[in-house]
Amino acid sequence: MAINTDKNSYTVFFAALMVVVVGSLLAFFASSLSGKIKENKRIEKQQNILYAMGVNENDEASVTFVSKDKVEAEFSKYITEQLVLENGKTVENDEAYLLDLKKQLANNKNGDAASFPIFIGSKDGKKTHILPMYGKGLWDAISGYIALNDQMIVQGVYFDHVGETPGLGANIKQRYFMDDFAGESILDGTRYAGIQVAKGNNDPLNKTKDDNEVDALAGATITGNGVAAMIKETVDLYKPYLETVRN
Amino acid sequence: MGLLTKKDAGLILDPLADNNPITIQVLGICSALAITAELEASIVMSVAVIFVLGIGNVVISLMRNIIPSKIRIIVQLIVVATLVIIVDQVLKAFAYELSKTLGAFVGLIITNCIIMGRFEAFALANGPWKSFLDGIGNALGYGVILIIVGFFRELLGSGTLLGFPVLGDPIAKTGLYATGYENNGFMIIPPAALIVVGIIIWVQRSKNPALVEEN
Repeated sequence: MAINTDKNSYTVFFAALMVVVVGSLLAFFASSLSGKIKENKRIEKQQNILYAMGVNENDEASVTFVSKDKVEAEFSKYITEQLVLENGKTVENDEAYLLDLKKQLANNKNGDAASFPIFIGSKDGKKTHILPMYGKGLWDAISGYIALNDQMIVQGVYFDHVGETPGLGANIKQRYFMDDFAGESILDGTRYAGIQVAKGNNDPLNKTKDDNEVDALAGATITGNGVAAMIKETVDLYKPYLETVRN
Repeated sequence: MGLLTKKDAGLILDPLADNNPITIQVLGICSALAITAELEASIVMSVAVIFVLGIGNVVISLMRNIIPSKIRIIVQLIVVATLVIIVDQVLKAFAYELSKTLGAFVGLIITNCIIMGRFEAFALANGPWKSFLDGIGNALGYGVILIIVGFFRELLGSGTLLGFPVLGDPIAKTGLYATGYENNGFMIIPPAALIVVGIIIWVQRSKNPALVEEN
């Protein structure tokens, strides 16, 4: 039996059926996989936080996180305290790592109550303050973590992105870019200056650590500016907390 | 080609050379520009398109007799979008690292004109097995060009291949860089892909004059 596929009634019927089939298919996949996806995201977050404070399995040039099965144990070992910053005050909160920074920033912008997570890490007797970051790249969001010591010197960073151009902006998560940040100060004198991602830098090997500058990525000006803006915004946001711990 | 008849083999082999989707039909240029700055991204994109086009062609071919012709483009779009989203979700659950690498490509796969082009030109008129071969063949033809372009752009633009420095260290001036060689920054920006694709088209047509159109 050949179906007359040109009839309007058939077209409407087919469209409706297609919507139902595709809709239920996608809903089925989304709901049956969501638990697993959430779990993966939580693990990734812990891996990223640990990475920023220097707990990772990097070899010479790779970016390697602590493995999935170890991350829970390492997280409770190295992260000694979790705090949240609310209205300029810090409160202890053991589930700070579950907070979604993007949502908190939106709350803050709308004038609603917002809690910004802070992680205190301790490795080899050195204390670091790890702050989450969120900002805009060229195509989509960029995010990351920055680990600072009491002198406001960067101990490590981790950057991530959603959709920056492969080979250009996507290189913000490469070792050679992220490693440059370590040792830089976010202070310029006593001013919270952040760190600029500078083009035409006369210091491409990043030997000078007190210039608040790292070398930019070729072909990724907007992503680089986004990284610099993200760091500055984070520093400004957490200034009330940083003031209390700085010495 | 023991398993395939001569005609079936042609479905796979033709798009690799004389009926290549990029160099002859000039389709799929947008993604070829966007992601070929690195060899690795080119390979990932090629594999993803082989998968989506192979399966998508089969699905469309199976549905070809019941799709209302008035809304066939929308139906094709929904099929490819659904496929890509399901793959993305499954990867997120079971191969999270890989899904992060692929994240940027999801949108590019859905809008890849080669996929819609094959659905429209082939799968709607042919059986599932032939459509499958046609899908794989065209995706391979696309992938071959992507990988060639990615190879040259990464080598000349960054001096690396798959992220490994093959020409020495440009900052410490070792290897080839010691002789004064510099990376060509132009190669990492998208227009360079057009030039490389242009050179491939030139070489291909000068080897096979039958491909040159009469004016």
